[in-house]
Amino acid sequence: MSTSAAAHLTDEQIEAFGAELDAIRAEVVGSLGEEDAAYIRRVVTVQRGLEAGGRGLLLFSGFPPAWLAGTATLAVAKILENMELGHNILHGQWDWMRDPEIHSTTWEWDHASPAEFWKKSHNFEHHTFTNVRGKDRDLGYAIMRVTPEQPWKPIYLLQPLYNMGLAAIFEWGIAIYDIELEKVAEGTKPWSAARSQIGAIWRKARKQLAKDYVLFPLLSGPNALSTLTANATANLVRNVWSHAVIFCGHFPDGTETFDESRLDGETRGQWYLRQLLGSANLTGGPVFHIMTGNLSHQIEHHLFPDVPSNHYARIAPRVREICERYGLPYTAGSLPKQYGTVLRKLARLALPGGGPAPQAPQPVAPPRPVPTDGIDTVIVRLPAPDRQPARASS
Amino acid sequence: MGTFGRRVQTAVGWFTTPLLPTDFLGTLNPMWSTREPRARVVGLRRETADTTTLLLRPGAGPVAHRPGQFIGLGVQVAGVWHWRTYSITSRPGGELLEVTVTAVPGGAVSPVLAHGTPVGTVLRLAPPAGEFVLPEPTPEKLLFVTAGSGITPVMGMLRELAATNPRALAGSVLVHCDRTPADLVFGLELRALAASTGLRLVERHTAREGRLTPDALTDEVPDWAARQTWACGPGGLLDDLAAHWDRAGDVGALHIERFRPPTPVDGEGTGGRVRFTSSAVETDAGPDTPVLVAGEAAGALLPNGCRMGICHTCVGRLRTGAVRNLHTGEVHDTPGEPVRTCVSAAAGDVEIEL
Repeated sequence: MSTSAAAHLTDEQIEAFGAELDAIRAEVVGSLGEEDAAYIRRVVTVQRGLEAGGRGLLLFSGFPPAWLAGTATLAVAKILENMELGHNILHGQWDWMRDPEIHSTTWEWDHASPAEFWKKSHNFEHHTFTNVRGKDRDLGYAIMRVTPEQPWKPIYLLQPLYNMGLAAIFEWGIAIYDIELEKVAEGTKPWSAARSQIGAIWRKARKQLAKDYVLFPLLSGPNALSTLTANATANLVRNVWSHAVIFCGHFPDGTETFDESRLDGETRGQWYLRQLLGSANLTGGPVFHIMTGNLSHQIEHHLFPDVPSNHYARIAPRVREICERYGLPYTAGSLPKQYGTVLRKLARLALPGGGPAPQAPQPVAPPRPVPTDGIDTVIVRLPAPDRQPARASS
Repeated sequence: MGTFGRRVQTAVGWFTTPLLPTDFLGTLNPMWSTREPRARVVGLRRETADTTTLLLRPGAGPVAHRPGQFIGLGVQVAGVWHWRTYSITSRPGGELLEVTVTAVPGGAVSPVLAHGTPVGTVLRLAPPAGEFVLPEPTPEKLLFVTAGSGITPVMGMLRELAATNPRALAGSVLVHCDRTPADLVFGLELRALAASTGLRLVERHTAREGRLTPDALTDEVPDWAARQTWACGPGGLLDDLAAHWDRAGDVGALHIERFRPPTPVDGEGTGGRVRFTSSAVETDAGPDTPVLVAGEAAGALLPNGCRMGICHTCVGRLRTGAVRNLHTGEVHDTPGEPVRTCVSAAAGDVEIEL
């Protein structure tokens, strides 16, 4: 296993690092006020306006410019709805307003998975156990190998392909993922619980399907078919976009994963450290950040999951400065670059092995015979050290 | 809304899912929201230096109430919604609702409503409630005892009687206490009402004459025991009156409305860990903090209304543990018992089904 990028820190330094982040958090939470409330209300208004506008344009979808403009508008509306609104409101980022109309306990989103299930799998499991192998199901979403420590299975040979399929139907992938079928298979979750969840998903999802694929097409009269293709395209764009952004959150090169033993007696400082080391940011402008639901500030989001998203960009330079002072990595890159490293990793880990070269700081050293589990025998057969993923150099 | 209206709403809902049609309407114009009814401030009347009457137009049309009842108002202060209840001072049946707000020094909400709520502000509205109302038919020879802002529910009653049944006011008495004549809310109107209906108005200015005692009241109104009495004012005055009626009169003839936030009784408060089972929010609450306030501070969205123990909007069932009533000191620890979270503090660790 590679050495953590935080190995040089003493326990005291880790707690001091955590205390500095606590101070940022306290400052932001103490500053929340009218300006923030106005921000989220404005996003709600813009999103609903775009949604209504896109649907309206698509009533005339037989006219190609209307199809194009309507599809683009609807796709943007759906992305905003899932990312900057749904994801963040369901995190409880706006609960401090005590507004029943914008609250994690009352919000429902334009997504196949009911908010209730997603909040459990995401807010609790993923954000608590971030990047802990065997605990954070988001590490590969139970169907992919995203870290070399995951044992290889033949099915992973296909993961570069089915990853593309997953991107296309991402919201449905998440809905199925939230049922935790792999836990049913291994007997740790009763089938009855999964079945009632499937029922709830179907009750919600059929409305989602009816809206996009029956009702609005019918409302468009003679343009029914082109409205249907437009809605399908908008959903596809939203799915591919959110898949890309989310896969760039924890899987790019430079992110670390952790053994379950890490959780034993984990302190607040160590928790912060794990969140930092397990997350990666995306660089871009203000519009880009909003379109990612500010998940482009994945590091800040994982340090402070319930701090309103409009603050992440403001605190990011301070978080980065703290990381520099403690000699910690702050992984960030453009979406194409980061997504490229994710795809490369998925391709590499489709094959067995892929772990860091032993004696990582000396890449030219000959492979040594190492542990027992068969993974490393494959490393020995790898053609050249320069084909190893970049983590080997860390 | 009729059956047809509901069907239309359901049908439109298939197009707006997962949102409701009202969410889109409310985005276009907050006043059109039916999920969270709104009212717009359409006028302001300065009553005294620290008291303002707000004229409200409810978005969903006229709101039915009985004189003496209160209404819940939601106001956003620094981005956070706060709810308070105020007596309705206008007559039923009008298009506008009136509430009269006295700024409590240091308060989080009342100074904003009294001084910082311009015409055009949109507030949220909870339905009228309260049992402090006159029975039908109106009893003869009413006695009202009010102090400070305690005049507000009684003002609603007096205005209604003056308009519909002025004879009931002849022979009735209003004893009202305020610090100085300048502090008397509705002073001119009350004096005019007394002159035109035969209502006897007894003004008592506590800065000069001291607090109203039961003895002073019985001196002013010797036949008090023969009257049905409605009293509203500070807790101390109401406690004194209740004790007096209990001792020397018919306690059933005294009707009281208390405007007071929970003030802890002295006693064996401990505080503890509070867990709300529906939202899974958990927090530590002190011995004198209502569990409602503790839960809200921890981010829970909890039902709430008057925040003084009278409207029962905030009731949740006790699952485990015990709470202490901040008014009475009584401890409630029966599992399944409904408790008012706004006047209950944790007595040890407690779980509430909200």
